[in-house]
Amino acid sequence: MDINTKYTPKTWPDHAEQVTLEGKNKFVGIWIFICSDIVLFASVFATYLALKDSGPSGMDITAKELFGLELAFVMTMLLLTSSLTSVYAMYHMKNFNSKGVLIWMGITVLLGLGFLGLEIYEFYEYTVHEGFGFTHSAFSSAFYLLVGTHGLHVIIGLIWITGLIIRNAKRGLNLYNAPKFFAASIYWHFIDVVWVFIFTVVYLMGVLG
Amino acid sequence: MSSVAIGNKKGFGATLWDYLTTVDHKKLGNMYFFAGLLFFAIAGFEALLMRIQLMVPNNDFVSAGLFNELLTMHGTTMLFLAATPLLFGFMNWIVPLQIGARDVAFPFLNSLGFWLFFLGAVFLHLSFFMGGAPDAGWTSYASLSLYSPGHGIDFYVLGLQISGAGTLISGINFVVTIITMRAPGMTFMRMPLFTWTTLIVGALITFAFPPLTVALFFMLVDRMFGANFFDHTMGGNTIIYEHLFWIFGHPEVYILILPAFGLFSEIIPVFARKRLFGYSSMVFATILIGFLGFMVWAHHMFATGLGPTANAIFAVATMAIAVPTGMKVFNWILTIWGGSIKVTVPMIYALGFIPSFVAGGVTGVMQAVAPLDYQLHDSYFIVAHFHYVIVGGVVLGIFGATHFYWPIMTNRVLNEKLGFLTFWTFFIGFHLTFFIQHFLGLMGMPRRVFTYQGDQGWDLFNFISSIGALLMGLGVIFLVVNMLLSIKSKPLNTSDYWGDGRSLEWALKTPVPFYNFKQTPLIRGYDPYWIEKHEGNKEGMTYAEPVGDIHMPNGSILPLIMSIGMFIAAFGSLYHPDGVSWSVPVIILGIGITVACMIIRSFKDDLGFTVTKEEIIATEESLYGKGGNK
Amino acid sequence: MGHDTHIHEKSVAQHEFDRRKNAVEMRKQVVNFAIMILFTFIAFAVVVADFSPYFIKPFILLLAAVQVVLQLYAFMHMGEKHASHIGTINTFVWVGAIIAFTVFLCFLTIIWW
Repeated sequence: MDINTKYTPKTWPDHAEQVTLEGKNKFVGIWIFICSDIVLFASVFATYLALKDSGPSGMDITAKELFGLELAFVMTMLLLTSSLTSVYAMYHMKNFNSKGVLIWMGITVLLGLGFLGLEIYEFYEYTVHEGFGFTHSAFSSAFYLLVGTHGLHVIIGLIWITGLIIRNAKRGLNLYNAPKFFAASIYWHFIDVVWVFIFTVVYLMGVLG
Repeated sequence: MSSVAIGNKKGFGATLWDYLTTVDHKKLGNMYFFAGLLFFAIAGFEALLMRIQLMVPNNDFVSAGLFNELLTMHGTTMLFLAATPLLFGFMNWIVPLQIGARDVAFPFLNSLGFWLFFLGAVFLHLSFFMGGAPDAGWTSYASLSLYSPGHGIDFYVLGLQISGAGTLISGINFVVTIITMRAPGMTFMRMPLFTWTTLIVGALITFAFPPLTVALFFMLVDRMFGANFFDHTMGGNTIIYEHLFWIFGHPEVYILILPAFGLFSEIIPVFARKRLFGYSSMVFATILIGFLGFMVWAHHMFATGLGPTANAIFAVATMAIAVPTGMKVFNWILTIWGGSIKVTVPMIYALGFIPSFVAGGVTGVMQAVAPLDYQLHDSYFIVAHFHYVIVGGVVLGIFGATHFYWPIMTNRVLNEKLGFLTFWTFFIGFHLTFFIQHFLGLMGMPRRVFTYQGDQGWDLFNFISSIGALLMGLGVIFLVVNMLLSIKSKPLNTSDYWGDGRSLEWALKTPVPFYNFKQTPLIRGYDPYWIEKHEGNKEGMTYAEPVGDIHMPNGSILPLIMSIGMFIAAFGSLYHPDGVSWSVPVIILGIGITVACMIIRSFKDDLGFTVTKEEIIATEESLYGKGGNK
Repeated sequence: MGHDTHIHEKSVAQHEFDRRKNAVEMRKQVVNFAIMILFTFIAFAVVVADFSPYFIKPFILLLAAVQVVLQLYAFMHMGEKHASHIGTINTFVWVGAIIAFTVFLCFLTIIWW
């Protein structure tokens, strides 16, 4: 099949990720999956808004006191930049530069890891130092589940992209793996879309009270 | 699957392995169909036990606790594990044939979806043997289920979580298949109605199952990991569960009924021998029902106390759904009108469906009136209403389609006399059971009670209702007997069994070879096979390509192993609140198995295999004799 | 399944033109990224600057919405005409957005008890 066809930059088709039927299926498939994820996040998000600041009577932790902006800002920058780096990877895919794809995807993974590390650090701080554990109140459950669901998506994305990089490190681009890279990059952008809402609604509006 | 010699007899072990690893949409369709039938029988049996208990006042046939378990499992099983897979069976079988595709878009995910559904269902049913089934109703409202002792609710949450994931995967798969894999010439507005309803149902699953996943996950962490989403003493809010459940739950009703609409839209034109009346308005009505289905969920919560504004908005939106549904009903009637009608078994199901479903729809509009709903809420009137919709719509649809598509699915035909007997037993039993329940409801009998006092004027009606239930059971037994008898009967080896097939699936000669169409057909209009027949095409279809190599996907055992991984993880999670030491390792083990399978899957290139032209011709000859499929 | 894809060798001029086109596109993406970063800065800045919450809340929500649309249409190629079945995908995404909005509206208004 396509996997054995060797391409050169000149024979590499435009929109290589969508010339095969499998590629088209993957492209449409990842989008339909994202559509269902939109509603998933909407449900968790709406629950968070409904349960924000509510806990057992006498609870003294509120979003206003809890959240800091410095960490959220750094995390936002990391994730936004990782979005751009995966665009760079796709740019190199268009030019049939497999090394470029791997390098930029690798940078994306590193930035994602940085984001994940900060998030784990943040959870650790809240749980251990602020006494704001998962079972602390309805507010804490909703907060950890919302940000944690996003974190889980980041972890899945990291495993996915890392797997793609390792698997395709030596064999260059072909019509079989191009759609896989493309789908992974779309998924990664979607993680960023969700984060835009999280930093706006959870952190920025949380600090406002 | 990889062997082309499908004409040869295979040993039991080989056949079993074939079914465990298959990614063929037809075999998965069979598996969905028979798994659905199994759970349909189980849930039907539970219903019979309940009706026996309610046959006479102050009965002690089952205990109150067992009755709660029976009613919960009856509802849950019927909706999630019987009706859905039975319809998925038809979707898997028929949709790729109707659009002229070789398989679905993601054959591997199709298999994964089935195994997740099946193992989730098995997990749920293990509850009967492991300390008690769930007992908080199929809705399992948090205010009740959070405090249910034992592991029943945990089984419910975990089992539905797993099988729901399977359903979501299959739903997405159908959407992508219909969007990308249509044969050349098949535009959206040439798709048969069943394909249309499958597309819309796929969209509904895509959008409706995530809220269920979220609600069940909240319940899971609340019950097993100490979270506080629904515990009001910790600031939680139990209404959130109700909302999330019904944001899913109402579209779920349309997930079930729309495919039945699609099936009837296939059956009626064939036996009225007339083009479906108002095709575009049918499509429009399907889309509209799908969309409005999302905007009405709170009509299940009128009595929760959302306030007059919310109740008014949702009441109006609910009544609005009657408009597109009415459009469909009139279109079916106008298709039959003036047709040259052949009353076969599928057609008699269609003729029985129209008035039954209209009755269910009308009581639905009655309940949309919020003030009246305060009266009807939680009474047997509601039970009568939704059984009229589900049995009168979905189950009649499934039974009718079973007779209709049996020649394609099994290359056999179901006995017509026995079919009519099944219909009349089931149909009369159905009306006997549920028509009278409207009046029981109006007289004030509450639903979900395990017994009642005598001399309230309910005795006779309950007795009649129970007799009807037994008749329904008899009808189902007739159907199963019919299926078993048909296996013994002679193979048909024909195409267009009913003689008046219109859409693409009837152009295929049965048994359908594993690659479906030898050449991808060219679609020249709506009802493509009818067009070709009308123009005297002896070939069956006009083809878009010469006979050539066909590329098919490889089978795989990984979907089953992945599902088993989730099954194991569910056990760890189930026993976590008991404080056993092995719970977390078991969760990690189970999820580890699943993730490992995913990694294996992505590291092993799955390029499928090629069936050469010579192999195709040999297959066709072994199936249909010399000359192949002509 | 595997539709055979014809290998088509581009002419030198076509190849050069495509490469330049890709580069121009990439530059546009960098500009989009710059806008997103700018918006993020502004959003954090208005919160830190302590304006009236009545101004800040709708304003940062608007910024978030614009950022998301940029992500969807620039980075995720939802606006590209050539992409396969992009019209259907657009329909699905916006229907999903409407349903998500309905869920939000519900949870902000009618979940009291």
